[in-house]
Amino acid sequence: MASVTRQTPMVERVALAIRDLAVQFESEQGVVRALDGVSFDLHAGRTLGIVGESGCGKSVTARSILRLVDRPGRITAGRMLLDPGAEGEVDLAALDPESRRMRGVRGGRIGLIFQEPMTALSVHYTIGNQIIEAVRQHADCSAAEARNRAVDLLRDVGIPRPETRLRAYPFELSGGLRQRVGIAMALAGDPDIVIADEPTTALDVTTQAQILDLLRRLQAEKQIALMLITHDMGVIAEMADEVAVMYLGRIVEFAPVADVFSAPRHPYARALLRAVPSILAAPRQRLSTIGGAVPHPGSRPSGCPFHPRCAEIIGDICRQQIPAPVEPGRAGASCFLTEPGRERAA
Amino acid sequence: MNVLDVQDLKKHFPIRAGILRREIARVRAVDGVSFHIAEGETLALVGESGCGKTTVSRCILRAMPVTSGAIRFAADGGGQVDLARLSKRQMRPLRRHIQMIFQDPYSSLNPRMMVGDIIAEPLKVNGVSAAERRDRVLELLDLVQMPPGARTRFPHAFSGGQRQRVGIARALALNPRLIVADEPVSALDVSVQAQIINLLLDLQDRLGLSMLFVAHDLSVVRHVSDRVAVMYVGRMVEVAPTDALYRAPLHPYTEALLAAVPAPDPMRRGRRQVAQGEVADPAKPPTGCAFHPRCPHAVERCRVERPELRPAAEGRYVSCHRAEELDLVGVR
Repeated sequence: MASVTRQTPMVERVALAIRDLAVQFESEQGVVRALDGVSFDLHAGRTLGIVGESGCGKSVTARSILRLVDRPGRITAGRMLLDPGAEGEVDLAALDPESRRMRGVRGGRIGLIFQEPMTALSVHYTIGNQIIEAVRQHADCSAAEARNRAVDLLRDVGIPRPETRLRAYPFELSGGLRQRVGIAMALAGDPDIVIADEPTTALDVTTQAQILDLLRRLQAEKQIALMLITHDMGVIAEMADEVAVMYLGRIVEFAPVADVFSAPRHPYARALLRAVPSILAAPRQRLSTIGGAVPHPGSRPSGCPFHPRCAEIIGDICRQQIPAPVEPGRAGASCFLTEPGRERAA
Repeated sequence: MNVLDVQDLKKHFPIRAGILRREIARVRAVDGVSFHIAEGETLALVGESGCGKTTVSRCILRAMPVTSGAIRFAADGGGQVDLARLSKRQMRPLRRHIQMIFQDPYSSLNPRMMVGDIIAEPLKVNGVSAAERRDRVLELLDLVQMPPGARTRFPHAFSGGQRQRVGIARALALNPRLIVADEPVSALDVSVQAQIINLLLDLQDRLGLSMLFVAHDLSVVRHVSDRVAVMYVGRMVEVAPTDALYRAPLHPYTEALLAAVPAPDPMRRGRRQVAQGEVADPAKPPTGCAFHPRCPHAVERCRVERPELRPAAEGRYVSCHRAEELDLVGVR
């Protein structure tokens, strides 16, 4: 099925290719497979929305790319290719997290926007100090040049009177302004890839709308490959070009945004969409529910991890075998229902 | 008959400075709010952070003293009693009639108590016998769709959604006249949130609950509430039946709020107008209408004269000078 809103084929440069990424947390209680074979591409100038409920692995994916997974977590398999196929191709999974190379990538090639901007900001320093520091970390420039760049960055993210704001401390700013500073910090190293992990979840709805507009504008101007992690289907509908739906450490569906909403392929995606409260609801309208709750990643069900909650389970095959993962770059679902010969009648 | 009548409620917090701790300013967190909740009705109180919605709910629970105004609550024997004027001691016998559902099901249940004891606690405090308590706990677990065996287990054995069910069972234990639910589903995952929303809808139907539903999520509110009251910087800007408010808002702030919510439908992308600026500081509210600096429809009068909440169409109230002449856009 063709995408409805965007006819553009995915021809933009692949900035980052994730292949078969697996992350495990090992503890005395056993091994938790936080990511279990995740593959996708980030394209320049496009937004990949990653959606799922808590424990699905969306944040671990972000932290893995930046090599920020803390012990006892570790990457056990897979590749994360920066500039795949190009001369300078680098596998981030093979780098030492503390290496100079990796530190250059983190905040340099790849910017990170957090849910709570105070994660990225220190309470002890002025905003100016912190942004100037971030600029100088990734560019060889004088203090005066860095200061000018910081002013430009603050202006870019829509902060009024940037020269005076440089002297402000983070606590002096509202939540919305702080997130704008967080975005300026993420852009300080002039990244071409930005990972935004629930960037508007802590914000009020009118502020959220402003920040989403800002992200969209900056992305278009700078042709950024944006990976937007959220649990909010409304934000996905508003922002994403393509969507990856995650469940228990796996991508269960990948498709253009219009497809995901109009004809979801995976039973979990279908169920999740019907469970989302809508501003367009009828009075006292009940929601469809998914039975049970997301299992703890440490007690992953056998076979397809969604089978105990699946309303469309076919039989033992779902209980015993793991469906093939979604092929990167192709719309599809990791589900036996969508395998050739089993397509369900639409 | 109304379960609750709130009239001109004010809650100001003094800002003190200097060695004499003199009051130099006031945060008008709630500044003259009026609304009512009819029996069997769910009223949603919505607005962005700092609008005063949580302060209103805390005043009703008398978790804090009230600056001025009346909070008339249905009393035993048909009359009304003004909660704002009661002492702590006078308030005590009324507490069983107003129960609360909390946002965070992880911190609102005592981890050292078994679920059965958590639900029975309000019964015990009110002198219900052990045998009756046991029966009532089983009845309540059934009501919130939990297995009877949950009684003897501890909260940590349950998921967030199940814990929220326990919290709801506890709130219902004493058949309260009013339930105050402060963001009861906002900490839950989508699939669990849907279960709890449906449960609340069931309970409204089966028990005729009267509920004050404090929330920021306008999508959730559309599902569960009969009427909606919108607050902005300590004041009520609009009160209306849910469907009417969403289809045809009368206050520009309501319009801006509705427009800001991203609908789960990519075909509607880019159709919205984003309100500029930020929520005003309740310590320094703008002159006139507090929304005027952000309002695309503001005129000179809005800058100087503060609009009062007044009746508009059938069952609707609005505080906007221009409500009649504006043709605002809702969601359809």
